Amino acid sequence: MKYIDEFRDPDLARALLGRIERRSRQPVRLMEFCGGHTHAILRYGLRTLLPDHVDLRSGPGCPVCVTANADLDRAIALAHVPGLILTTFGDMIRVPGSAHTLQDAKAAGADVRMVYSTLDALKVARVNPDRQVVFLGVGFETTAPTVAAAIAQAEAQGLENFSVLSLHKLTPPATRAILDAGEVQLQGIIGPGHVTTIIGADAWQFLPQDYGVPLAVAGFEPLDILRAVADLVDMIEEGRPGISNSYARSVSPEGNPTALSIMDQVFEVVPAEWRGLGTVPGSGLAIRPEYARFDAGRRFEVDPGPTREHRGCRCGDVLRGTVTPPQCPLFGKACTPARPIGPCMVSAEGACAAFYQFGRDPL
Amino acid sequence: MSDEVILLAHGSGGKLSHDLVERLFLRHFDNPTLLQLDDAAVLPMPGMSGPAHQPPRAGQPANPRLAFTTDSYVVSPLFFPGGDIGKLAVCGTVNDLSMSGARPLWLSAGFIIEEGLPLADLERIVASMASTAEEAGVQIVAGDTKVVDRGSADRLFINTAGVGVVAPDVEMSGDRGRAGDVVLISGTIGDHGMTIMTQREGLQFDSPLVSDCAALNGMVARLLAAVPAGSIHCLRDPTRGGLATTLNELAARSGVGIEVEEMAVPVRDAVRGSCELLGLDPFYVANEGKLVALVAPQAASAALTALRAHPLGGEANVIGQVTADHPGRVVLRTALGARRVLDMLVGEQLPRIC
Repeated sequence: MKYIDEFRDPDLARALLGRIERRSRQPVRLMEFCGGHTHAILRYGLRTLLPDHVDLRSGPGCPVCVTANADLDRAIALAHVPGLILTTFGDMIRVPGSAHTLQDAKAAGADVRMVYSTLDALKVARVNPDRQVVFLGVGFETTAPTVAAAIAQAEAQGLENFSVLSLHKLTPPATRAILDAGEVQLQGIIGPGHVTTIIGADAWQFLPQDYGVPLAVAGFEPLDILRAVADLVDMIEEGRPGISNSYARSVSPEGNPTALSIMDQVFEVVPAEWRGLGTVPGSGLAIRPEYARFDAGRRFEVDPGPTREHRGCRCGDVLRGTVTPPQCPLFGKACTPARPIGPCMVSAEGACAAFYQFGRDPL
Repeated sequence: MSDEVILLAHGSGGKLSHDLVERLFLRHFDNPTLLQLDDAAVLPMPGMSGPAHQPPRAGQPANPRLAFTTDSYVVSPLFFPGGDIGKLAVCGTVNDLSMSGARPLWLSAGFIIEEGLPLADLERIVASMASTAEEAGVQIVAGDTKVVDRGSADRLFINTAGVGVVAPDVEMSGDRGRAGDVVLISGTIGDHGMTIMTQREGLQFDSPLVSDCAALNGMVARLLAAVPAGSIHCLRDPTRGGLATTLNELAARSGVGIEVEEMAVPVRDAVRGSCELLGLDPFYVANEGKLVALVAPQAASAALTALRAHPLGGEANVIGQVTADHPGRVVLRTALGARRVLDMLVGEQLPRIC
């Protein structure tokens, strides 16, 4: 199939694996920032094909996973506001907050609806003019522009029953936070392909400049990822950290100016709480005061009750790359995709879900 | 379990559905026939002796047995490319009977109708059931109708039950897979589920998606006739939860491992493309006109030829092997040559599709 098979070609994959094998002398630890990469790596079995001394760690790039319990509780409390319709992406529905999930709220009578895009949420608002429709907005620079566009559209159309609970986050500050913490020694980073399509490869220049760590932007096909690993190995072996872009069919140096501009029009940068990272300065997107009436946080006052963390759950450590999912004592025992305790076991981008589904030892 | 409630995921055909069946239904409806957990119950004919779920003892004449099954259909939309809820309700029950090796004979149909359903829609669906039943060679011989208040059901739900006869020399069950068996699929996967999904999402593709909804009894009859008695060990139609879930069920029930070649599993481009777009995996997407067979190795080539000779089986293929290694686990060899676990579906991947 065109545009898919070319990027899954077994012969080209073997050639790249051979190049990595030949070039890589020292043990390296690389972090794939993005949960989509973690899934692709495990789904295609790349971990088992790479040399043992190339260690891949998952990062915080799963929007559902990094959402703090306090924020989840707030969303669940919102869902219970009488007459309100809460719309969100599929994964969010199953993620446990302090005590419950949106799925529980739905089974208990709340009107929670899964949508594929924010524009679908606008449609729900349009066909239910007598009800309040809230979109629970999670995501990074990839989803934030579409949510900003929906808010701008709602304003243009005078849609008064639509609002957004913005839990959007920015990826470069989180990467900085992980490197600043210095808990896990990383020699290179596989850059998030979709995020970088928006923000541009140049937005990562601080990594080689300030930290001496190379970054290779990658798409989500096996060859994209192998090429990024090969580029990182080359830069590490040559001692010349820089930015490589194996996803040039989508990513440019400067990014997508239209998306960046609508994002900036609707959102302002604020500190945000990340699961595992705590409060990271300049890493969140809040709705600007000019659009305050579309801000569900301002429109509805809810009491989510006290926040509790899940006992024994190491999602926070997994998101920082300090442990791999199987090192969590709950992994595959108390915590499984059927009965998840932490969000990393729920989300389609969660590292624990990926390891559980694809990464367990076949024998 | 006291404060738990039923979630949509309990009906997805994945792990939660299994938990519900094992921890609740089997606990209350405990009997050896149900415990077989096959698509249809196989029962002794009245007046004939011997437990139905065991093969006849050597030297004793074997008897034909009854196969009995039921299924409910709640698909939305009611009409979709390749079928409608009525066709699905007939094919689904015919297929459940066929997977026990039975020749399906009689069906019942129960209709739960929401107030306000256009009569023309109902008639179109009933006519479709009649023609599907005729083509499949079964008769709808009993029925029931209930109308409920608006909002108490989504337009139309249909339940069908079916009865068929299993020939004396046919012995198939989900627990009869053996190391060395060859795994066959009768055609492309994911067509039904992606058709429903893209209808709901309003997505369109250059090569349109069409449900594979079809009665498989004709194909099963040809398959059984083409190989020596007893060489088809298991038959399943991979509906909810898709091929991955069916293979996991067979591996668990038979206490064997299954190795699958990713590249050997046929998937239509439109299905692959729509799956890529929606972030789904065709291995977990429902089929309504496909069968998976575990076949003794010496009969595999004849079985494949028989499947391919049938109009519904042109793209049939050998997709893997049963092994004594890793019992209960399905392992996929990926296109790149890596091996990884192919697990059961967890939670709900798709909205109501059958």
